[in-house]
Amino acid sequence: MVMFDYLIEHRDRVWELTVEHLQLTLLAIGFALPVAIVLALLIARFRPLNLPVLSTLGIIYTIPSLAAFAFLIPVVGIGRQPALIVLAAYAQLFLVRNIATGLRGVDPAVLEAARGMGMAPWQIALRVEFPLALPVIIAGIRIALVTTISLATIAAWINAGGLGALLFNGITRNNQSMIWAGTLAVTTLALLADQLMRLLERLTAVARARRAVG
Amino acid sequence: MSLAVEPGELVVLLGPSGCGKTTLLKMVNRLYEPTGGRILLDGQPVGEMSTTALRRGIGYVIQQTGLFPHMRVADNIAVVPKLLGWKREQISQRIDELLELVGLPPDEYRRRYPAQLSGGQQQRVGLARALAANPTTLLMDEPFGALDAITRSRLQQELREIHGRLGQTVLFVTHDIEEAVRLADRIVIMRAGRVVQYDEPLRIVMQPADEFVSELVGAGDVLRRLSLVPVSAAAEPLAGTLPDGPTIAESSNLRSALTLLLEERAERLTVVDAAGQPTGTLDLRAIETAGIVPVPEATDAARW
Repeated sequence: MVMFDYLIEHRDRVWELTVEHLQLTLLAIGFALPVAIVLALLIARFRPLNLPVLSTLGIIYTIPSLAAFAFLIPVVGIGRQPALIVLAAYAQLFLVRNIATGLRGVDPAVLEAARGMGMAPWQIALRVEFPLALPVIIAGIRIALVTTISLATIAAWINAGGLGALLFNGITRNNQSMIWAGTLAVTTLALLADQLMRLLERLTAVARARRAVG
Repeated sequence: MSLAVEPGELVVLLGPSGCGKTTLLKMVNRLYEPTGGRILLDGQPVGEMSTTALRRGIGYVIQQTGLFPHMRVADNIAVVPKLLGWKREQISQRIDELLELVGLPPDEYRRRYPAQLSGGQQQRVGLARALAANPTTLLMDEPFGALDAITRSRLQQELREIHGRLGQTVLFVTHDIEEAVRLADRIVIMRAGRVVQYDEPLRIVMQPADEFVSELVGAGDVLRRLSLVPVSAAAEPLAGTLPDGPTIAESSNLRSALTLLLEERAERLTVVDAAGQPTGTLDLRAIETAGIVPVPEATDAARW
């Protein structure tokens, strides 16, 4: 069957590209996350920054990814580096929006109690704010992961590697089986990432407390 | 304003919304910083202490409880002891002690989450959490304001008992005069950022400092006012033979006494102490006398 031919015959190659794809995705999210946390803290604390920051990130997200990769070629060339920049930038929207929403959703009375009990600001952030916002933050990371996995296929166009290589090669060589292999692998990866993050959401303290209430 | 609270006193800050009672309370643990003046805690200006050290030494209870919803009851109570670096066994033992103190059996409640508790139980945990590290001072910001009447009066009674046993200095904010009278050693009546009267509950009720206070203690609402005056304040001493009327406790209030008089169609009540021993009598005339609100002589300001 054409759907699985390439996948079965070249499973080593597909596996290799899958690992590469995953690396690219995780690196991108890894770079994106610290930046997003800072931006989210900023807009959660200073309300006036909310609209400008989220609008800017929204506009970035609407730029066709192919164009974004193309624009970066004269600046940083081709390969992994420009791909990571673009992927990290695209992930910002979901990450920043969800982290900020999560932080803002924390009951002010809880924060006041935390301050009144003598917790230092970093202790409040670490033990109260982030744990309480965590389910929403993880949901943001989940969405960012899934979109980045799908977006990373385009990165193969500037030689960043990953499963997109199968798609682009399949198209130029008119090899249906190759395109199928890439598609199936990307979809599987995205679904697995989605499920894994949903599992993590269920493991948070907030989710545990919610289940206890039933 | 100038205000001195003695160690071990339960002082209630009472006044309408916006009078500054909560602001005053929050300046004690420096959630608000005063623009001028200073607050001394055991002789130490709070402005010169580190905010975290200061707050860890002061119990803090708020109306919405502010319990950490992602932590179990035990972990909520353990927060300040953990911040102070107590040992694990010591913390665990303290959690059990405190849950017993606030009437929640530890075995049943330690592992619950706040959302699994009723409003009254949540505030009990809030109180236990505030008491965790043996603070000498307790700040309570309308802690019982969101509770139903029955739960509220039960918690008020328990707070009195706990205070009697542990003897912290308590600052308690409320806008409910009945709550204030029931709880306070002394009441601070505030209005527009100023102290109008600072006195024992009975004195506030019997000798209001101005029209504002007299209105607050129920001028024009006799029943309300009667409910604020304890039986012991109006009872007449025993004379000669033991009266045979229905009995009422000294600690009860005149409103209950009046109700009893009317219900029983009695002429007089026998007042008894906590041990049930008769200590005096109470008739309609005595209730009437205490029920009249003394209107203070109007000051120029009050006369427009």
